[in-house]
Amino acid sequence: MDLFDFADGREGYYGDYGGAFLPEILTTTIEELQACFRECKSDPAFWQEFVELMRSYSGRPTPVTYLENLSNKLGGARIYVKREDLGHTGSHKINNVMGQGLVCKRLGKKRVIAETGAGQHGFATATMAARFGFECKIYMGAVDVARQRPNVFWMENLGATVVAVEDGQRTLKDAINECLRDWVTNMADTHYVLGTACGPHPFPEMVSFFQAIIGREAREQIVAEAGRLPDRVFACVGGGSNAIGIFQGFMDDNVELVGVEAGGHGPGSGLHAARLAYDDASVGVAQGYKTYFLQNDDGNMLETHSIAAGLDYIGINPILVNLWQQERVRFEAATDDAVREALQLTMRTEGLIPALESTHAFAQAIVEAPKMSKDEVILINQSGRGDKDIFTVADAIDDRHWRQFIRDKAAEYGED
Amino acid sequence: MERTESEKQMAAGRASGADHLEAYLRQRLAQKPLLLMTHVVCGYPSFDDNWRELEVMAEAGVDLVELQFPFSEPSADGPLFVKANQLSLERGVRRDQCFEFMARVSEHFPFKVLMMGYYNTVFKMGEAAFLDALAKAGGCGYIVPDLPVQEAGHLHQLSAERGLSPIVLMTPTNSDARLEMLGQVARGMIYAVARKGVTGDKTEMGADLEAFIARCRQHTSLPVGVGFGVSEKADLDFLQGKAEIAIIGTAALKAWEEGGETALRKFFQGLAG
Repeated sequence: MDLFDFADGREGYYGDYGGAFLPEILTTTIEELQACFRECKSDPAFWQEFVELMRSYSGRPTPVTYLENLSNKLGGARIYVKREDLGHTGSHKINNVMGQGLVCKRLGKKRVIAETGAGQHGFATATMAARFGFECKIYMGAVDVARQRPNVFWMENLGATVVAVEDGQRTLKDAINECLRDWVTNMADTHYVLGTACGPHPFPEMVSFFQAIIGREAREQIVAEAGRLPDRVFACVGGGSNAIGIFQGFMDDNVELVGVEAGGHGPGSGLHAARLAYDDASVGVAQGYKTYFLQNDDGNMLETHSIAAGLDYIGINPILVNLWQQERVRFEAATDDAVREALQLTMRTEGLIPALESTHAFAQAIVEAPKMSKDEVILINQSGRGDKDIFTVADAIDDRHWRQFIRDKAAEYGED
Repeated sequence: MERTESEKQMAAGRASGADHLEAYLRQRLAQKPLLLMTHVVCGYPSFDDNWRELEVMAEAGVDLVELQFPFSEPSADGPLFVKANQLSLERGVRRDQCFEFMARVSEHFPFKVLMMGYYNTVFKMGEAAFLDALAKAGGCGYIVPDLPVQEAGHLHQLSAERGLSPIVLMTPTNSDARLEMLGQVARGMIYAVARKGVTGDKTEMGADLEAFIARCRQHTSLPVGVGFGVSEKADLDFLQGKAEIAIIGTAALKAWEEGGETALRKFFQGLAG
């Protein structure tokens, strides 16, 4: 199944979703990018260069780990985990940014910009820019800057400029708008490194292309480790890049693919970011593409919420929407509470610390595993590591020793 | 200011389905060499303030006004309009109020009115329903900067059936082939974007802009309006004889922010020289 075999006149569309809705001033830039990406994609040497870069710089292939303790405790399916947390900078984001770094080099551009929510994509982009010698500016909502200082610290120390965006809800979507504003001004020397499989064509396809490395490795590894293909694959879905990355490895197999969104405070609460699992989203066109958005009847976007900043977004990967409508991908949501419990269980039984984003996939797998037989196999994509988000995780699990440490540390720094 | 007899006839004619924006602009151009188009963000600071802004604009002889319907993701706008969009929405302004306001404006004022906004406002309402509401409110066209023409075929067709003009943007980064394509679908007037970037920054009015307007002319015979960074009398002097319409956006809102009605009146007096 080729997800990217577009019909005539429908390039960049996945069923009714996707497309490229951009201001006229960017037409030439986006066409240039589409042409350059097409060239990269059809060049086998380009993929080889990418794989070699990811091997030497980021430690790929990342392993697949069997979670024997957790499997036994739940008493159902055997659970395996694809370890994207072990990549450089601690998440799958590095795959996309290194790939786009190679594209940027081919475009002959010297400056990169990126949006970031939790800070993972900004952190990865700053790393890539340092490595490739690009000038780098990261746009991040002011709310996220305030709650994700450690990532801001690293971005700045890697040489990037971090701009706190004060418009709108001051989160990820507002950072994307600010990137578009920068891009319409500086497109001549600037590449926009979009962080997820959303936005205008060719971004959903390009990001999926680089993230496909997860699925390619995982299919081979799970067969070697478990002796068979998995019955179900779980991945969290914010924008949806780690999910489409691992799912692509199993597109033609008889494997159930499950996307897990941020259930926040649950259905009907108005405090979640579940576009497909709950009934609150509808089709719209914003931020350059057509997809399901959490929006009101006028087409203005709603507030979203998640315990995991990286899932806290209004729109969703248009490729996944199409696969959902074709019933190829099932969508579920995990609430903040379920995520807290799943994180603690995973840490205690396996010594793994998934990022809060990735923990959504664990939470759903933990619900389903006991109802499956011991012969069955589950594969979870651990898209990122949680230990570097110590402030957020400590908050999420309400750790009083950590709070005391912060108070002491604050007292030690005193007033400036 | 009351509408003239010929304007009333034109409003009546709109219902018959002919595209009247171009005819209206040509008629005005017979009386003065450079028309003025301005911009108001609906509901910011309030609809009452909008009304007072429009009164000043009418006094200044403004020919065409964009009424921007606020959107939560105004990614093509600069900081001042972004803030205006956001505050308008925070104050609870809804799409239907904007249409009601447009109806009152087009009934009362002598200038013509365009809807300006983002495509999701149109899409969510449904293209036909949107155009019907626009026609009913007396609007003569619309500017939707995030809808590229290759995605607009159906909307343009429905617009033609209703005599409404889709305003197409031409930009300095477009290839000649693209400008040709834009010229073919444009109706009413061309919105020539003077430079890269978002609304609000200053534009260098010079040889590059003149050459760009000349490139636009090769692909259209419609009146050409120039916008983005047009803010003072010197800009209007530069545009006279080169373009048909000067489009003033951020500069007018900036004047209003600085000193309300008085400052806005002074701003337009300054433009007149």
